[in-house]
Amino acid sequence: MILTNIETIPGKSIVEHFGLVSGSTVRAKHVGKDIMASLKNLVGGELKGYTELLHDSRQQATDRMVEQARQLGANAVVNVRFATSAIAQGASELYVYGTAVRVE
Amino acid sequence: MEQLIIFVILIGLGYTAGTIAERRHYRSIEDRELRFLNLPAVTVKNVLSRDDEIFKAWLVSGNVVISIDYFKRVLAGLRNIFGGEVRAYETLIDRARREAVLRMKESAHGANIILNLRIETSAIGQSANRRKSIGSIEAIAYGTAVTLKKTE
Repeated sequence: MILTNIETIPGKSIVEHFGLVSGSTVRAKHVGKDIMASLKNLVGGELKGYTELLHDSRQQATDRMVEQARQLGANAVVNVRFATSAIAQGASELYVYGTAVRVE
Repeated sequence: MEQLIIFVILIGLGYTAGTIAERRHYRSIEDRELRFLNLPAVTVKNVLSRDDEIFKAWLVSGNVVISIDYFKRVLAGLRNIFGGEVRAYETLIDRARREAVLRMKESAHGANIILNLRIETSAIGQSANRRKSIGSIEAIAYGTAVTLKKTE
């Protein structure tokens, strides 16, 4: 499965469009990580736990999108976009969407 | 009285640790930016002219969550009274974005160029839904990495 965030796959041509595919996941954080993060909030700097958490969740959302595209018979997703929203305290939603296509 | 002492200690801790961490981070960002000068990331989509030269194209992304220190948070809170430029948050967001772009480039092994670079930021963490203070922010950078065929 090829993913790009431009309208085409460079070097290949699109032969069929399947429409929108998307994947999302809502994740809350771990209490232990949260305590570490609030300590880190005093001294500043990177919150590694959150970075990993968001990276993994975004990966999961992407996997869901790819799975949906595969069921449609696509072999690539173009124009992929990421969106993040904080929906409640301590939880955020990660959404990935794109257009499933078949390329040759 | 006790509360005041704790407040002063927190501010002092935030100031020293925060300043040291920020300076170190900026030094590492500048070093790595120099190393990645040969991998341009552009926001346009069609700089490549001939399609047959392309070997591979794929999606790359990098993200980072950075938090502000206590001293700067207090400083920014004071700024809210008088208005004006909030320097404390400027450096925070600048660091996050540049770090995210660097991580994206680090994950693009063997790419010659990154097309259609997008950068997004969002406030996360405990204070994400509170208007008044920004706790920590996440920056994500993503784009399409392209490897060209080697021309003999």
